[in-house]
Amino acid sequence: MANLRIPINSNFTSRFVSFLNRSFSTNKALNAQPMTVRDALNSAIDEEMEKDERVFILGEEVAQYDGAYKVSRGLWKKYGDKRVIDTPITEMGFAGIAVGAAMAGLKPVCEFMTFNFSMQAIDHVINSAAKTFYMSAGRVNVPIVFRGPNGAASGVGAQHSQCYGAWYAHCPGLKVISPYTSEDCKGLLKAAIRDPDPVVFLENELLYGVQFPMSDEALSKDFIIPIGKAKIEKPGKHITLVAHSRAVDTCLIAAKELAGQGIEAEVINLRSLRPLDMDAINASVMKTNHLISVEQGWPTCGIGSEVLARIMESEVFFHLDQPAIRITGVDTPMPYAKTLEEAALPRASDVVTAVKKILKA
Amino acid sequence: MFLRQSSLVLRKYLKNTHKLKLFSTSTSTIDYPGAQVIWSGNLSFTNSHSYPPISTYRVLNSKGQITNNSEDPKLSNDVLEKMYKDMVLLNVMDKILYESQRQGRISFYMTNFGEEAAQIGSAAALSIEDLVYGQYREAGVLLWRGFTIADFVNQCYGNVEDKGKGRQMPVHYGSKKLNFVTISSPLTTQMPQAAGAAYALKGKNKVVICYFGEGAASEGDAHAAFNFATTLDCPVIFFCRNNGYAISTPADEQYRGDGIAARGPGYGLNTLRVDGNDVFAVYNATLKAKEFALARNKPVLIEALTYRVSHHSTSDDSSAYRPADEVTHWATHLNPVNRLRLYLEHNSLWNEDKQKEWMKECRKNVLTVFEEGEKKVKPHWNEMFTDVYKDIPDHLKKQMEEMAQHVEQYKDKYPVKNFS
Ligand SMILES: Cc1ncc(C[n+]2csc(CCOP(=O)(O)OP(=O)(O)O)c2C)c(N)n1
Ligand SMILES: [Mg+2]
Repeated sequence: MANLRIPINSNFTSRFVSFLNRSFSTNKALNAQPMTVRDALNSAIDEEMEKDERVFILGEEVAQYDGAYKVSRGLWKKYGDKRVIDTPITEMGFAGIAVGAAMAGLKPVCEFMTFNFSMQAIDHVINSAAKTFYMSAGRVNVPIVFRGPNGAASGVGAQHSQCYGAWYAHCPGLKVISPYTSEDCKGLLKAAIRDPDPVVFLENELLYGVQFPMSDEALSKDFIIPIGKAKIEKPGKHITLVAHSRAVDTCLIAAKELAGQGIEAEVINLRSLRPLDMDAINASVMKTNHLISVEQGWPTCGIGSEVLARIMESEVFFHLDQPAIRITGVDTPMPYAKTLEEAALPRASDVVTAVKKILKA
Repeated sequence: MFLRQSSLVLRKYLKNTHKLKLFSTSTSTIDYPGAQVIWSGNLSFTNSHSYPPISTYRVLNSKGQITNNSEDPKLSNDVLEKMYKDMVLLNVMDKILYESQRQGRISFYMTNFGEEAAQIGSAAALSIEDLVYGQYREAGVLLWRGFTIADFVNQCYGNVEDKGKGRQMPVHYGSKKLNFVTISSPLTTQMPQAAGAAYALKGKNKVVICYFGEGAASEGDAHAAFNFATTLDCPVIFFCRNNGYAISTPADEQYRGDGIAARGPGYGLNTLRVDGNDVFAVYNATLKAKEFALARNKPVLIEALTYRVSHHSTSDDSSAYRPADEVTHWATHLNPVNRLRLYLEHNSLWNEDKQKEWMKECRKNVLTVFEEGEKKVKPHWNEMFTDVYKDIPDHLKKQMEEMAQHVEQYKDKYPVKNFS
């Protein structure tokens, strides 16, 4: 519902600063040590490779170069050519090889330089990885993780700035994760690698360098976050904001601003897009009686559409005091120009405006 | 129905199998439909050692001398000078735009250092009516065709004069006027598309040239393009810039076998391999490819062997994966621009004074245009909503109108003067 977006002059720098200075809601976090999303992902892969010899990583530039976004930093040095494999530039090829290796008992972590390039390989992801367990009557499973940056980065134009959350979440057989914090990334990537089914793991390039607090528990090698469970990032009682990936950040900034005006928004970080944690959303909506979904992807058949439809189909619908709405990326390919790019994605000010409109505040 | 038919076929086949015995003669060949047959009693592998490497055609040696006069392309002095001047101008533009990215003035850039001869030589052999599909490292081709420095700069800034309305990343140039199809980010999509365009242009007395890297050649689309171009008889020149690297991946990790050229005969493609740092060799090869493609309506594969002196892009630091000596060697001793300069100097077509003057002119030109480009306003904000569809759908129209109202209401709060 991009038409609910009332942009207020938002200067990029100030937004960026507020993005970094976000306040964290959990108490635990206060004495926790910070870690970047990149390092969290790296340690998840490292720990799982150490633990299970069947785990290996392959993709373009993942070895000596440490990955296009340095997520596999140091792994080639540590594990060598056998388990950190640079591939020729053939997404269709290395996705297929990964599927074959998974069928034969290995546990590949298949890195797409960006999910935009997974389009070259989508037949392997959907027609092979996602469906083989079913088609083989449960005899052949495909334990594989397809991972890489997803969604809008900055200044990379239409063909590099697309959210594939809804695309993959559409497909039975896949599990789809869209993490936000470093803890999410570590716990969920480890869970994904251990999972017996194919998992699509959607990272965000702009979050790679961002530090989040890591609890002691999260630093442990046994730290796992269950797939399919959402997290309440900030509790509140007036309205539920449901988001994934970087849009959670947008919601937290908005929630902070709203708090200053006496509105307590509850921010739900979905973490998993498939399965979708409707229990968490339902419980929240029953408490707040208002719902807005926020995502960077396009509106049509998006994650927000799915959340709203499921509410509509359930008892929880009767708990809504106002129609639930979606805030999404604008329904156009991503513009390159910085200002237009910013305007094409949901901003905290859009969320604030929408919340006030719904709450008639 | 299907079952009955196939059982009929089977019965016929079995009958004929018996007949075959009766009619079998002593001739030594059978026409299998899939390939030509030469019988052999020796069981041995065919591999890259079964025949010598494909030879590499060269005209100018590294001292800038023509080694075999019969191969002199006999270009006019004007053309020779334009070739050289465009190479230098390309270098100067690359240097300035690369640095502007480092200073954060544009978001991204890719330079062409080391591949000037491959670009300029091939561009010069074609006419402007021939259609170009590029990968991204072909700015020299555009420059040759008349894309101005302002055109490059406006695209990189995505300002109001960018023909692409600021919609694409830097270096994703395109020009309808110059028959240069806009660069697309996902690798190798240009290859089957070029074959398709050539198919559509058959009989129009033009060819399509399609540039691609040796890395891009690993994508499945490259296979599809070769196979379709030959089976559909498309007048397309597949021009591989084999520059030894795909970001950090060296060619010997990208593929095995005798380069990209060796794949040509396998697809039934007429193939040429040239020294890509020799502008005359590239020119002659491209001209021959064009003549052949037009005369026979068939595709040609050219592999130009060259070296990517540049970092892959502004997002790359190649010192992490290749020795500095290697780069210096290619940038100095095997530099394609210097090679042409030596040739021109031998033939009294160029000298140090001209060099100084041209360098000065290039720098002044690029810097002026660059400063102007930076100051130009951005495209109108409503361009965000246009061109998604030919006719703007109602929901976008509504949003656009709301935005117009909103911007009007809060114009004091927006930097409206920065937009056209
Ligand atoms: C489908 C796809 N996969 C990966 C990429 C990322 N990528 C961009 S350029 C490049 C290297 C290409 O190398 P090459 O074709 O040799 O061209 P060169 O850069 O050497 O000119 C890669 C991997 C992409 N743009 N598209
Ligand atoms: Mg290359």
